[in-house]
Amino acid sequence: MPGALQDCEVLVVGGGNAALCAALSARERGASVTLLESAPKAFRGGNSSHTRNLRCMHDAPTDLLTDAYPEQEYYGDLWRVTGGQTDEALARLTIRDSAACTRWMKAYGVRFQPALGGTLHLGRTNAFFLGGGKALVNEYYAAAQRLGIQVHYDAEVVDLAIDDGAFDHAVVCAGGEKRRIAARALVVASGGFESNLAWLRQAWGPAADNFLIRGTRYNMGKVLKVLIDRDAEKIGDPTQCHAVAIDARAPKFDGGIVTRIDCVSLGIVVNRDGERFYDEGEDFWPKRYAIWGRLVAQQPEQIAYCIIDSRAVGRFMPSVFPPFGADSIEGLASQLNLPAERVIETVRAFNQAVRPGRFDHAVLDDCRTRGLSPEKTHWARAIDAPPYYGYPLRPGITFTYLGVKVNERANVLMKNGSPSNIYAAGEIMAGNILGKGYLAGFGMTIGTVFGRIAGQEAAIHARR
Amino acid sequence: MHVDDPTADGANDPLVNGERIMRICNACRYCEGYCAVFPAMERRLQFTRSDLNYLANLCHDCGECYYACQYSPPHEFNVNVPKSFAEIRARTYRQYAWPAPLAAMFARNGLAVSLVLALMLVLALSAATLVLGKDLVAATPDPAGDFYRFMPHRVMAGVLGGVFLFVALALAMGFIRFWRDMGESLSEFTRPDALRRALGDVLTLKYLDGKGAGCTYPDERRSQARRWFHHLTFYGFALCFAATVVGTIYHYAFGWKAPYGYLSLPVVLGTSGGVGLLIGPAGLLWLKLRSDPQTSDPGQLGMDVAFIALLFATSLSGLALLALRDSSVCGLLLVVHLGVVSALFLTLPYGKAVHGIYRSAALVRCALEKSQPMPDAGLD
Ligand SMILES: Cc1cc2nc3c(=O)[nH]c(=O)nc-3n(C[C@H](O)[C@H](O)[C@H](O)COP(=O)(O)OP(=O)(O)OC[C@H]3O[C@@H](n4cnc5c(N)ncnc54)[C@H](O)[C@@H]3O)c2cc1C
Ligand code: SF4
Ligand code: SF4
Repeated sequence: MPGALQDCEVLVVGGGNAALCAALSARERGASVTLLESAPKAFRGGNSSHTRNLRCMHDAPTDLLTDAYPEQEYYGDLWRVTGGQTDEALARLTIRDSAACTRWMKAYGVRFQPALGGTLHLGRTNAFFLGGGKALVNEYYAAAQRLGIQVHYDAEVVDLAIDDGAFDHAVVCAGGEKRRIAARALVVASGGFESNLAWLRQAWGPAADNFLIRGTRYNMGKVLKVLIDRDAEKIGDPTQCHAVAIDARAPKFDGGIVTRIDCVSLGIVVNRDGERFYDEGEDFWPKRYAIWGRLVAQQPEQIAYCIIDSRAVGRFMPSVFPPFGADSIEGLASQLNLPAERVIETVRAFNQAVRPGRFDHAVLDDCRTRGLSPEKTHWARAIDAPPYYGYPLRPGITFTYLGVKVNERANVLMKNGSPSNIYAAGEIMAGNILGKGYLAGFGMTIGTVFGRIAGQEAAIHARR
Repeated sequence: MHVDDPTADGANDPLVNGERIMRICNACRYCEGYCAVFPAMERRLQFTRSDLNYLANLCHDCGECYYACQYSPPHEFNVNVPKSFAEIRARTYRQYAWPAPLAAMFARNGLAVSLVLALMLVLALSAATLVLGKDLVAATPDPAGDFYRFMPHRVMAGVLGGVFLFVALALAMGFIRFWRDMGESLSEFTRPDALRRALGDVLTLKYLDGKGAGCTYPDERRSQARRWFHHLTFYGFALCFAATVVGTIYHYAFGWKAPYGYLSLPVVLGTSGGVGLLIGPAGLLWLKLRSDPQTSDPGQLGMDVAFIALLFATSLSGLALLALRDSSVCGLLLVVHLGVVSALFLTLPYGKAVHGIYRSAALVRCALEKSQPMPDAGLD
């Protein structure tokens, strides 16, 4: 670890987007800042390094975003995905402040793509980072270095000394040694607990052993746990997580974006027993993407298989693992280790139930099945054009929702109502605004907006 | 050529590894805003050997996508586009080179071959002048600085002209082989819109510009240094070449014989080009030696350095010849300069210089592709 740990005015725990925004903002206000990242330098940046965009409000076209995305519409989208589980004041604050984010980010060297080639239809609502989240994180670290922020890698915070809401010092595990670092204010931006397999198992039972973690292996939730144990008010519960269906061959951690499977709506999905279990054509894939993690998690052994035929090839984003392929359904079933007769029967029944229609993947078309359970309500075409392809699916956890409660100054609220010098930003407090569900690009927006607020408020508190 | 496991490193075949990496990139696409490579990649679902040869030559080795990559080593996906593409490019240089045996020889030890070649040429030219009964180290300096008293003009023109024709043929053959590998017809190459677009990209080094921010070379910090040193080198070379052409025209069309005055067109062109060709290669070498070993292919250092060294030596000997043309070492400098120039040209088709041909051709192809609508892949 370069340089000794020095006491400072503002201590930031975490090394992703929220932590970096907080550290830079605190430094803007003149505070001396130390940032502790538990990952080694090569893996710094947490889940933020896997991201690609953030969602920004704007009332007129900007250099990065087309058209307009006013507060009301933004809030409406949020309300819909969360089913109203949001703190309206904090949500509106986030949305309004999101308008100023890209300008601030650019000032620290973050670069954006002018307009997107067309892989996702998000050019109106979301600004895309040139090079993705790792490029963004790299720019912030370079800025932190320029501005004299002390950054330590391989520095995991394992405990916090808090007395009646007042943070005194943190215990850091670095280089196999435990050390203390004191500060006048603390910003926690250490993400969720999705990398903590034991904790996931506690919440989800043995099924959790079959989950894959899409992001970093360093979000162990230690700081979150300490805060909850030390009487910070919590929000959400540990069984809530954002999970999508990803390729079962993905690595346990850090598979990131490339492991996603985008062909569910073009085919059928069967479980270990060769049975379908949900309407694959319920809605546009981006809108249904996030329910399939949970659906697969509820299947025996938490596995499922997406089956398409050659007509679907080239109609979806390529995935990193080549599909299993065969010239017959039987051959495919044997490749996927599925009971062949059951799969053949499932496909036969499906094909028979398909009603004629005009296939159009760009709209909710009229290609559907009749008399099947469950039905496939759109984009249903008989699976009969060999070769056939199959992708194995597993639940891939993006993040967890459990967090600490904050107010509009990003101040962590204590159960007994005592004021605290602890601030929170990013995933660790996202549950205040995003009670459930997800809006593409909203995680980085929350992290940027609250990172800035937390850094600023912590600096003001520390220098008072 | 499918690699099922994206974590399996394609042993020794750079194309296997390149295909593996492109499959990962094509599922990710985060880098699509950096350069021409990624949009070209997105037009494809599969990557054949010639696709990879094309993409690798389209890559300008700016390093951005390595530092930005969420899967760069030590991540198990081990994605390193610039390094993988550098290895593929080196292969294509051998694959397309004509005649092949010369390429193989050069590939093994570029620097030594170039230097030995230059030395041999200098010796051979010296011997030739002796045979012709000329005295290289003139007892009496010639204030007029007449080169032809050491070597008759027709000998000089014959040697250099021969070298030039051979090199032009070899380079053209290389280009044709590349273009064929792309599966494009030669008539496509002459489409003016595509040519114009590609020419602009080449002459401005658009893809080293990073939209004004420069590129991450030699390290993670962005700078324009490489682009400017390359400009000095390229335009320096072009000016020197122009000087030679103007001189040739003077000689044949107007009967004006060298040496030309210090303020004459050939000398002004040659001098300014020569200065560029000193600073440019020196700067490129300086950058190269400081470049991040993570993103480069160490196997190519010899080839790269050989080219840079010969460019530098060409310019240095040329400028020295100009400065000392009325002194007693004029003859010696003349054969050294001619030897080095010949070595530079003779090695052009087998060394780093071909990157200019293949990258320009790749940019033309890229411009041709851009005029086609994006295939449906991945758009749903
Ligand atoms: C594959 C993938 C793609 C995504 N794409 C997008 C997207 O395009 N747009 C979007 O808005 N959101 C996206 N998200 C969600 C987004 O990643 C998060 O919302 C966001 O990164 C949260 O930022 P953060 O700084 O709070 O957490 P993180 O970026 O995860 O950072 C947490 C940091 O804390 C460190 N840490 C943890 N514990 C400790 C400790 N005890 N001591 C010290 N340090 C510690 C970790 O090492 C890490 O650096 C994506 C997520 C994934 C997994
Ligand atoms: S280099 Fe890395 S980040 Fe860039 S497109 Fe390829 S896989 Fe994605
Ligand atoms: S190194 Fe630069 S030019 Fe080459 S592929 Fe990466 S970003 Fe493009």
